[in-house]
Amino acid sequence: MALPPLGDEVIVIRGEAADWRAAVRLAGDALVRGGATRPPYSDAMVRMIDEHGPYAVISPGLALAHARPGPDVLADGLSVVTLAEPVLFGHPQNDPVRVVLGLAVATPARHLTAIADLANVFNDSDTTERLAAADDADAVRAILAG
Amino acid sequence: MKIVAICGAGIGTSGILKVNAERVLQRLGITAAVVATDLDSLQAEADDAQVILTSPEFVAQIGKTFADVIVIDNYFDTAELTSKLESALG
Repeated sequence: MALPPLGDEVIVIRGEAADWRAAVRLAGDALVRGGATRPPYSDAMVRMIDEHGPYAVISPGLALAHARPGPDVLADGLSVVTLAEPVLFGHPQNDPVRVVLGLAVATPARHLTAIADLANVFNDSDTTERLAAADDADAVRAILAG
Repeated sequence: MKIVAICGAGIGTSGILKVNAERVLQRLGITAAVVATDLDSLQAEADDAQVILTSPEFVAQIGKTFADVIVIDNYFDTAELTSKLESALG
């Protein structure tokens, strides 16, 4: 699995979210629009954080929302949501969150190449800031292309 | 040597830990197998692991283990990973 293509339908610029649940749902809705998931997958992404805490906030300002592979995952997918206002997830170090990525994985055994690509991009410590400041989908695509 | 990276789903966040841990280990010249898994599979995977990598939320759920548990705050900060892996393995 390479990083899935990022069409306009999976990118949300300055989305309005009152809290972390709404922010995760924006990422989930985008995955549904992109054809990667069915709506229950968005519920599962919220549930993962309800059950396990805000571990999806993996670096300052960035959440990687995801759930387990399953019948509601139709294809590998990635969505990118930048938030108009940062939201708190309750993470001890990495709050507030300004960018939420939604990840759906259809084939767990092969998803690590895409993850490695993501790591390449986000190992630059200013990537999240640059994404948060992006004005349009083209800018988001350019940043994620590295 | 075996290192286990865990998260709630066994994909995504633990995958990022695995990828970055492998990069750091290679730079340090340490040979290790890094496995990404979820909490439910942890007991099976962690039996023979020297190190468990995870985020603060999962520490309480790991339970009894002989492995060193390393808590990573910023999954993309390879300097943090490097210093924590070095002190655990050094």
